[in-house]
Amino acid sequence: MRARIWGCRGSIATPGPGTLRYGGNTSCVELRTRERTLIVLDAGTGIRLLGAKLEAEPPATIHLLLTHLHLDHLEGLPFFAPLWSEDTELHVWGPPSPVRSLEDRIARYISPPLFPRRLADVPARLSFHDVPKEEWMIGGARILAHPVTHPGPTVGYRLTEDGRSLAYIPDHEPALGLNDLAAMPPEWLSGHAVATDVDILLHDAQYSAEEYPARVGWGHSTVDHAVTFGLSAGARHLVLFHHDPLHRDSDLEALLVSAAQRWGDGGTPPALAREGLTFELD
Amino acid sequence: MAQGRQQKNLILILAREFASKLATPMFVVDAEGDLVFYNEPAEDVLGRSFAEAGEMPAEALPSLFSPEDLAGKPLSLEELPLGIAIVARKPAHRDLRIAGLDGRKRVVSVTAFPLFAHADELVGAVAVFWQPPGGETP
Repeated sequence: MRARIWGCRGSIATPGPGTLRYGGNTSCVELRTRERTLIVLDAGTGIRLLGAKLEAEPPATIHLLLTHLHLDHLEGLPFFAPLWSEDTELHVWGPPSPVRSLEDRIARYISPPLFPRRLADVPARLSFHDVPKEEWMIGGARILAHPVTHPGPTVGYRLTEDGRSLAYIPDHEPALGLNDLAAMPPEWLSGHAVATDVDILLHDAQYSAEEYPARVGWGHSTVDHAVTFGLSAGARHLVLFHHDPLHRDSDLEALLVSAAQRWGDGGTPPALAREGLTFELD
Repeated sequence: MAQGRQQKNLILILAREFASKLATPMFVVDAEGDLVFYNEPAEDVLGRSFAEAGEMPAEALPSLFSPEDLAGKPLSLEELPLGIAIVARKPAHRDLRIAGLDGRKRVVSVTAFPLFAHADELVGAVAVFWQPPGGETP
């Protein structure tokens, strides 16, 4: 399994000179299984660049796994080139809602007045799936979707192939309501089922410790929370994801120093997600 | 470090966090009716801290708390508001008398309701305890 980050910014796309090293596109990660099945995690603005690359060698089938439908994870979808080809078979997976279907919720965005065309106008062959409660298979990879703490229906994903695993929890506030995240038994931590003993953990690290008190309940973690969660889960490599739009590259690098200190000497130190970063899980 | 018991359902995690911030005594049970958490105010009603007592299987609850109606008739698990919330999947309320883990008897009003993650997925229930003034009996 190979993974490549196409967008790792949180909340809103943030182009400009202050975000050149880590990128300003919102969440999108490309995964290729051993048999080359394409799995895309989230449809933030990064998916537009992925779509452009795919035009050279369009895949017949694409699986898009959405963690949730907040706009920074969905806004790139109508700009994803394969969507506008009738040769594309696109399976969209996402968390169920007790009120509306996944298709209806996505159609609220891809329709006037928010978008000039309707979802029904899309030529690609679309299928919408609520994520199963149990693990399922896509192209040789085992997928687990599990609800996590974030406003509205939201899941984290764990993808496993050949015994190697990647967890993706870009929007997550496991510390909500807790006095001490580190003191909680792991089984009482949101996201633990997804992240336990994972090889690579892409995890929300939107805020600094100083910023968090004004953002409690917004659904995100501090860098310290991400480190504590990663250590508790036994993750082998933590990648800090969903960078705050107010954080410039230099701010992120200062936060990384703090994260590495908190992580200690156990294994690979944390890294900052950046556009173009790839992982080999063979 | 990470291996161990399976993660609780997110609804139970949020219920525990909610309970831990309440000044009202609250129980949280899982889909099997096993007691998985009670908050600090409930410790006064039950006579022992959760840290001391820990999680308890559903079948142990009647013998631990000896619940009875106000006429002194013992109540089975299915007659307790929490039992009704789990078995019948509907809210329930009643006044009853329990013996705390410290041995003291107390009259409590209990309101329980089931927790559904989805319309067809029961993941547990919560019970709130209201202790009327003068409800403790020797």
